[in-house]
Amino acid sequence: MKSIDSYLRTRFMPHIWCPGCGHGTVLNGLIRSVDAVGLNKNELVMVSGIGCSARIAGYLDFHTLHTLHGRALAFATGVKMSRPDLTILVPMGDGDALAIGGNHFIHAARRNIDITVIVLNNRIYGMTGGQFSPTSGCGIQATTAPYSSIDQPFDAVQLASAAGATFVARTTTYHVNELEQLLTRAIRHHGFSVVEVLSQCPTHFGRRNGHQETVEMLRHFKEGTAKVGSRQLAEQVDLIPRGVFVDEERPEYCDQYAEVIQRAQAARAGGAGGEEPQ
Amino acid sequence: MARTAIKDIVINQEWCKRCGICSTFCPKDVFETDAEGTVTVAHPEACIACELCERMCPDLAIHLEYEPPAEAPA
Repeated sequence: MKSIDSYLRTRFMPHIWCPGCGHGTVLNGLIRSVDAVGLNKNELVMVSGIGCSARIAGYLDFHTLHTLHGRALAFATGVKMSRPDLTILVPMGDGDALAIGGNHFIHAARRNIDITVIVLNNRIYGMTGGQFSPTSGCGIQATTAPYSSIDQPFDAVQLASAAGATFVARTTTYHVNELEQLLTRAIRHHGFSVVEVLSQCPTHFGRRNGHQETVEMLRHFKEGTAKVGSRQLAEQVDLIPRGVFVDEERPEYCDQYAEVIQRAQAARAGGAGGEEPQ
Repeated sequence: MARTAIKDIVINQEWCKRCGICSTFCPKDVFETDAEGTVTVAHPEACIACELCERMCPDLAIHLEYEPPAEAPA
């Protein structure tokens, strides 16, 4: 592969993330998958919102947009509609994707617009100091839940699947080879792709929830997950499934919009014979 | 399959934040960590080129350099 540095804005390194933060591992895997797909940096647009995860856009030497909290998919939709030939990557945190931008997330999925979303799920708002997020779940300690959270969590995979995403997968920052493979498949998929990556926040999630060390959190990803369809998962139903959950073909939004333009132009060119719809 | 020849394991100490992921998960204990958490390559000969350290590193601070492929015998 080409050198990792050739994809980075090395002048901004070392990055801002805390020691042991999983987001750097996602950046690492994403660069490898972009290299595996063989995309030219000039054909790539990364659009991000706000949060630790959104900082990925600053380190990558692609076309990048750092936009509003939760609204990355709205901006990304605009970019894709105006230039359908470009490949769009949207890294989002769990709060950015499922709380602040929850509506953008489900509606982009419903439209099946050809965008690849990477949900970096560390189950906490890290940048703002450790508030609980929609994926924290019950019994989690956070600065806004000092006596533990009573909120049920969202399952990003089920949410994306139900909303209509045509490629949905999950992996973790421990399973780095799987991470590269799933991101590669997601980027190649023509339609709305969501890859949820369980990522560790040792500073704000780990410390408050019984994991003093980063490596403990990674071992937890190893031991607490199993491949979808595996015997292990069938026998231990409390494990979190990893792998591909949805991979299907459905008409893509920009393709359908191009057909609308053709129909409209044909109607105009037809003159008396082709009246515009009432 | 022949084992891939590793030329060098390079750690960028300016980018490394001493999280300990590489030294913990290396299957061959190639790394050594001092009291301050600084990681050094102590046993490069033990490396099996699994690339786990390079791929897991959240700081993108480890790079494996390979020997150029040997020329085919005439």
